[in-house]
Amino acid sequence: MSSAAAKKLRPKYLNLRALLFEIRLPLPGWISILHRVSGALLVFPFAAWLLYMLDRSLASEQTFQAVKSYLDLRLVKAGGLLFIWAYCHHLCAGVRFLLLDLNRGIELVPARRSSVAVLVVSLALTAFFGARLW
Amino acid sequence: MVKRVVVGAHYGMRDWLAQRLTAVVMVAYSLVLAVVLVRGEPITYSVWRDLFAEGWMRVATLVFAVSLVWHAWVGTRDILMDYIKPDGLRLALQVFTVLLLAGYLGWTIQVLWR
Repeated sequence: MSSAAAKKLRPKYLNLRALLFEIRLPLPGWISILHRVSGALLVFPFAAWLLYMLDRSLASEQTFQAVKSYLDLRLVKAGGLLFIWAYCHHLCAGVRFLLLDLNRGIELVPARRSSVAVLVVSLALTAFFGARLW
Repeated sequence: MVKRVVVGAHYGMRDWLAQRLTAVVMVAYSLVLAVVLVRGEPITYSVWRDLFAEGWMRVATLVFAVSLVWHAWVGTRDILMDYIKPDGLRLALQVFTVLLLAGYLGWTIQVLWR
């Protein structure tokens, strides 16, 4: 590349406004960025939160009951629902990425179709486990 | 293209592969746990305690936890490399992540074998 071409100013649209309102990310792109967001949420705070609840639930009969009544709080249930979604989305999108790594479904049409499947399956699983939590 | 060998020098291929293999381990554990939670008897304290008193369950949970911290390290490092440009801040956050994940692992062992 010549230095003139390298220095040529190119427009950049990578600001939050552009990301939210101007760039129309295709569904596989949304699956990907949500995979990243859900992964970050699972590392922190959800891993710490679940480990804390596992710790308390196994410590004694009393602390087990305390975790149970803690899980009855509405705000805690909302947090639990967010955790379930993050876990299900991360898992489903992750399986899709594993298949893509194995060159399965890398053409445009199947790739878009599988991203719809990830969205539908992960939301269905979230509804299923969320209903059991609630 | 450079020929990359998993067992060769550290190209990042090992992290890439480890992240995927640990993912498969965690999917397997998740399926087992989901079946236990959904199909088994209602979870009372004694059911819960006995489940985690089983040797296989403790080992499986430990394997899951090791997979999780390894997987999470690769993923967090990717995120930090993508978004955090100042070297010092990135290093600090990476060190923090390592400490956090090491803490998770130690805590898990303590919970499982108390």
